[in-house]
Amino acid sequence: MDWHQQYIGKVKHAVFHTQKTGRKRVVVSTEENVIASLDLRHGEIFWRHVLGINDVVDGIDIALGKYVITLSSDGSTLRAWNLPDGQMVWESFLRGSKHSKPLLLVPTNLKVDKDSLILVSSKGCLHAVSSIDGEILWTRDFAAESVEVQQVIQLDESDQIYVVGYAGSSQFHAYQINAMNGELLNHETAAFSGGFVGDVALVSSDTLVTLDTTRSILVTVSFKNRKIAFQETHLSNLGEDSSGMVEILPSSLTGMFTVKINNYKLFIRLTSEDKLEVVHKVDHETVVSDALVFSEGKEAFAVVEHGGSKVDITVKPGQDWNNNLVQESIEMDHQRGLVHKVFINNYLRTDRSHGFRALIVMEDHSLLLVQQGKIVWNREDALASIIDVTTSELPVEKEGVSVAKVEHSLFEWLKGHMLKLKGTLMLASPEDVAAIQAIRLKSSEKSKMTRDHNGFRKLLIVLTKARKIFALHSGDGRVVWSLLLHKSEACDSPTELNLYQWQTPHHHAMDENPSVLVVGRCGVSSKAPAILSFVDTYTGKELNSFDLVHSAVQVMPLPFTDSTEQRLHLLVDDDRRIHLYPKTSEAISIFQQEFSNIYWYSVEADNGIIKGHAVKSKCAGEVLDDFCFETRVLWSIIFPMESEKIIAAVSRKQNEVVHTQAKVTSEQDVMYKYISKNLLFVATVAPKASGHIGSADPDEAWLVVYLIDTITGRILHRMTHHGAQGPVHAVLSENWVVYHYFNLRAHRYEMSVTEIYDQSRAENKDVLKLVLGKHNLTAPVSSYSRPEITTKSQTYFFTHSVKAVAVTSTAKGITSKQLLIGTIGDQVLALDKRFLDPRRSINPTQAEKEEGIIPLADSLPIIPQSYVTHSLKVEGLRGILTVPAKLESTTLVFAYGVDLFYTRLAPSRTYDSLTEDFSYALLLLTIVALVAAIFVTWVLSEKKELREKWR
Amino acid sequence: MKKKLPLFALFLFFFSLLLFCHSSLAFESDELLVDDEEFGLEGGSKPQIKPHEPAPTRSTTTTTRRKVSDQDSDSKIQFSLEHAFGDSDFVPAGTFSARLKTSSHGGQTLTKLRFSRNAFTGEDKEKFEKLLQDDDFYRIRLPSNTVSPPGRDYIISSVKARCLPREGLDEHFVIHMEGVNILAVNYGAFGACSYPRQLKLPHKWSFNSHTVLKNSEQAPRAPIFAEEVLGENGEGEIIPPPERSFWAKYWMYLIPLGLIVINAVTQAMNMPEEGVQGGGQTQQSAAAIQRGTGSAVRRR
Repeated sequence: MDWHQQYIGKVKHAVFHTQKTGRKRVVVSTEENVIASLDLRHGEIFWRHVLGINDVVDGIDIALGKYVITLSSDGSTLRAWNLPDGQMVWESFLRGSKHSKPLLLVPTNLKVDKDSLILVSSKGCLHAVSSIDGEILWTRDFAAESVEVQQVIQLDESDQIYVVGYAGSSQFHAYQINAMNGELLNHETAAFSGGFVGDVALVSSDTLVTLDTTRSILVTVSFKNRKIAFQETHLSNLGEDSSGMVEILPSSLTGMFTVKINNYKLFIRLTSEDKLEVVHKVDHETVVSDALVFSEGKEAFAVVEHGGSKVDITVKPGQDWNNNLVQESIEMDHQRGLVHKVFINNYLRTDRSHGFRALIVMEDHSLLLVQQGKIVWNREDALASIIDVTTSELPVEKEGVSVAKVEHSLFEWLKGHMLKLKGTLMLASPEDVAAIQAIRLKSSEKSKMTRDHNGFRKLLIVLTKARKIFALHSGDGRVVWSLLLHKSEACDSPTELNLYQWQTPHHHAMDENPSVLVVGRCGVSSKAPAILSFVDTYTGKELNSFDLVHSAVQVMPLPFTDSTEQRLHLLVDDDRRIHLYPKTSEAISIFQQEFSNIYWYSVEADNGIIKGHAVKSKCAGEVLDDFCFETRVLWSIIFPMESEKIIAAVSRKQNEVVHTQAKVTSEQDVMYKYISKNLLFVATVAPKASGHIGSADPDEAWLVVYLIDTITGRILHRMTHHGAQGPVHAVLSENWVVYHYFNLRAHRYEMSVTEIYDQSRAENKDVLKLVLGKHNLTAPVSSYSRPEITTKSQTYFFTHSVKAVAVTSTAKGITSKQLLIGTIGDQVLALDKRFLDPRRSINPTQAEKEEGIIPLADSLPIIPQSYVTHSLKVEGLRGILTVPAKLESTTLVFAYGVDLFYTRLAPSRTYDSLTEDFSYALLLLTIVALVAAIFVTWVLSEKKELREKWR
Repeated sequence: MKKKLPLFALFLFFFSLLLFCHSSLAFESDELLVDDEEFGLEGGSKPQIKPHEPAPTRSTTTTTRRKVSDQDSDSKIQFSLEHAFGDSDFVPAGTFSARLKTSSHGGQTLTKLRFSRNAFTGEDKEKFEKLLQDDDFYRIRLPSNTVSPPGRDYIISSVKARCLPREGLDEHFVIHMEGVNILAVNYGAFGACSYPRQLKLPHKWSFNSHTVLKNSEQAPRAPIFAEEVLGENGEGEIIPPPERSFWAKYWMYLIPLGLIVINAVTQAMNMPEEGVQGGGQTQQSAAAIQRGTGSAVRRR
């Protein structure tokens, strides 16, 4: 019924560790700030730690053969984790005055007794840290001398280190330091008129290469024998065109470095006469690993090149480009995109020769281990970085066509039957048994590829940061299909933003497959042109893709569909023009009908302005575009910059269903809910208190909450919480809003609820009037009418800080609601909405109790059994999605972060279906017994009657 | 009843105020009287604006007059309302004046907001009629800062023009303030504006304005209970609900029992002619019936 999957994210560093530990493993750090130890044989996670969202890992290494050392938070936190089990051993905080490039160096030979040193350069300082207990042994401040450290170099076989850096952009400094005590042995400095820019590449222990400020000259800096010498080599002298973007790529190859020019890479070698020469030229898709030292100082590195559908991996020894240690070619799924990173590791083969394995990070964030020309395992780690989720129905099971035809080809079907036959005849090998299990699982009720009666089986369509879309089966969480979005030539760094349901066929377009719309943009700025892709959710094929000329600041699905059930969408560009999609004449005719009823709003959080807009006219431009419309500002709300700052804006879910408009209270009174789709909740805080908790006094902190009608800009409700501050997490549903914030006076988190009731309908209580139709319940509601509303609010303390809030949604909205709260412990807590009812009082009357009103308490209860995630954690929780099932009592919940978790919830129990453990046999038996008893007694009574009559 | 009392009191208050004004001197109040908080007085501007009258000049005279009288009290401010018909440019349409109250701790608030609207010129009227024809927007704007207008930007609000006409043109302002800043203005019809909007021309081309100034409300504090209340609450959940009546508790047993009794009684009645009286009463127990029959027998 529920499943949980663990991921780590896109790997950025990997350290292999094969000696000493019995099981071979690799330690990785990822872009989701995860440190994990993976099994090299199967790719499973041994242990894993998810660091905080601001705790970005800068480097990892292994010290003493048993500790994993991580440097994180911009070089300010150094931690050691026990390699076998991932327990944290120690943690040190490194202080410094200035930002600088964080560098982590764990030298192998700097040993004192059993301790070894860790050198960290961060925040302008160089620290030497003991690897046993994390004690800072010595610190040297380079920022005081205004030197920005570029590289820390360990000299071979000695306890001296070189620290090189720039002061300004042209002064080069080289320090020679005794690593044991931090004593300065020598300091050399020299000025280079051209200036330095970008990364440095270390070619040998006393030579490095960098670029001058024009980015056209390679500067070789050698600092041996206490002398600094510069040597300039013009890129054009190497026979290369140096126009365009030139950068030195960080690498650790000896005697060689890599320069990226436009879209190709140059391998340049430093010859023994200190000359530079180009060794090889490859296209930019080629990736090189770091140098790996194996057996007696021999070095190797791997080069990965693309060739059609294949990927060629070559392992080359040290400095010799033309020689290959290993050359392998593996078939690669084109859905994985390009190779982004490669890490290599060596092992001893059975014949005592050296073998190499490579860990490859692909464009789609997946991680592969390649050995002997085969992919040993792969991990789909794009799923750790989900941006947006939507759901899609599965195909309907068709009469007459067997499910087998949909899923397998005939051959597969035959094979399956053969396997089953083998299984029954006890001939199956362990692999066959596993295969049979897999087939059984696949054909089992919950993971079928067809729609079910209760609507439990669905496809979860997820969009990830890797631009890859996955369809997950809700039954068991397996990946049904995945698609790496097509990248057009016009745009090299597209980012994806959102998923929208483009086409959800029902009724008259049954033959069409449902599809989703993926909106992205080319680049990061909001003014960048938008990209639209349409993806079929059954087949996972990209149907179409457009590079638009305009940007998409906002996307609005309209509540209209055309004859093929394609939903109309409006895209708002940065000039506040709106563009209608799909671009068909049918869409435009539908749109024209509703032209005057289309309103939208925009929240400019940085300016503190909320604006309402309406469609004005067709775009006036040189090019006539029927699908482009000008808009005008209808209303605006301007928050004073000095007192309020927008921190949250939440609107109702568009597809939410409300079953009843009225609420009958215990006094036989009716309260009408104010239900409007155009409600916006906005929370603002004092600018002083917009930082983290504790940065402001209670007296200068306040939180103001607003409920705004987005058609007219009317502020329906406005309330100030003094002494409160964000972060605010809110959920708006039906006629209520629940929000979570911090109360500085009480030093606790609080949750408040506000419910809105419509007073204009309050007179509709007379039954006679209702019978005679003299009521305004069926009259269309207009936002332009002055609303007569009342609001009720209540506030409670809540123990946890919150990462996400959602509310359950069911098919008809009859079932009572539960709030789903993603707690700081990465769990999901289900809290009945009844606990957040502003009508709660300390001593509810008898009637109120019967209505289900809970006596008021000052804090919300956290019942351990109501954790939806049980004992599991959804690490790095970011969002919770709730989808109604067809069964009214049930809602489907999908929580995502670094991990994924899916479950089914029934907030009021499954009142509309029998439980799974219901005994149908007993029911049948009872019926049969009853029928039998009726017959027996009937016969008996007949006989008795006969006897009576004969008497 | 509860609601009506303060309303009535306020009404009395205004009535007396009006009376006082009237009796003291022949000062013709030409502005809308608005309470400083949340109460709009209806019809204050009625005597001022009459159609076919050069009203704009008149309103300017009122403002100048006020300025003269305000020389001594420097805490009065004015800001103008501007309007636009459809997508036209904004032009001045009226003036708000208010008293700026500076509290001891430096906060400034506006009180005693008054509003005087310029009457429609013939041109305005034509434009407005066109708006009514097209079902277009009538837009207004106010400065976002009342002390140094326009502040950061203008606060815009609009309404479908067809919502306004009633007897005259009814408009309703709700101005949301934060100190001297205007956050938002909700502008619209005084009452309902049902959809679909019917085209209706006003009988009188004069505005009937209602103005409300709103400040933020305080949120209710989280309930903080003393320990014993909590304890009581905790117990309260354990304590079983109070005893229900006998009938409420055992009706499901009593009804079948009653049926059995009726059954028994009818059977007894069908038996030989010793008809038993009062057999139809449901609340009798079987034992009582037996006793009853027994007594009947004895009686005979």
